Amino acid sequence: MALSASKLKVGETHSAQIVDDLKRTQIVQYAGSSGDYNPLHTDEIFTTKVAGYPSVFAHGMLTMGMTGKMLTDYVGDARLTKYGVRFTSQVWPGDTLEATATVKEVGDGRALFDVETKNQNGVVVLSGYAEARVDP
Amino acid sequence: MAVKQFPVEASHILMFARSVGDDNKVYSDADYAKRTEAGSIIAPPTFAQASAQFDPDYFLRPKIGQPWFGSGKNPTGAAPRGGGGGGGGGGGGLHAEQHFEYHRHLKPGDVLTATTLPGKTWEKEGKRSGKLVFSENVTEYRDQNGELVITARGVGVRTERPVDQKTEA
Repeated sequence: MALSASKLKVGETHSAQIVDDLKRTQIVQYAGSSGDYNPLHTDEIFTTKVAGYPSVFAHGMLTMGMTGKMLTDYVGDARLTKYGVRFTSQVWPGDTLEATATVKEVGDGRALFDVETKNQNGVVVLSGYAEARVDP
Repeated sequence: MAVKQFPVEASHILMFARSVGDDNKVYSDADYAKRTEAGSIIAPPTFAQASAQFDPDYFLRPKIGQPWFGSGKNPTGAAPRGGGGGGGGGGGGLHAEQHFEYHRHLKPGDVLTATTLPGKTWEKEGKRSGKLVFSENVTEYRDQNGELVITARGVGVRTERPVDQKTEA
């Protein structure tokens, strides 16, 4: 299921819905697995009354992790060599996210991708790149 | 951050994969994983971040017997650390960027150490949250043989006030 350089075309895209109606419970799950218990992600009272946000919001790393599933499903297991992102907007409970990889460069056993994740309103919440080993 | 021992375990990988909504069996089924190119269970690409679990000083985990700034009887149990206004009210500001370079993928049985070095800091005026102070750090994850397995670069940001919400593209 790995990608083949000879079949990849610059500009072609792969997209996947990575979450539909994000639940607070999934954010709690991520807090538990990652060890990041920042109350901004799970404690509605603290987040609205003390930090001044409209509600709890997802860890950026949860969005990066979910976007990672789109990538590894696309490039294959153990094929990623680089993956980096900027968190450009917050992700809230109830959000539905679509992640897209766009082929940027192919060559030398590697392919480079632009990576972008958008919410249901078309706002970019994550923007970055990935590099993967590909077959000839 | 300095982590002396981050044991990579199959149950932790399973729970981490579940939490990011990834049901790929290469993260949970040893027999299946053996037949894939990975050759064994591996960890999902952002798993190294869970090294926080093994950092004794990680400040976003409640510590036994110490005040915790989340809500209990009151909306907050302690003054947020470091100030920096509403956006920093979580104690550590917000995560702005994260980058990973994989020299190889992690698997159960690995025992990692992590060393973090501070990088540069810079400021920017933000439209949605006032003055932004960015700071960078680089973490090197090494395995039980001292081999570099993952290089991670993180950027955090402290904001002057909570980030204004953008609702349309």
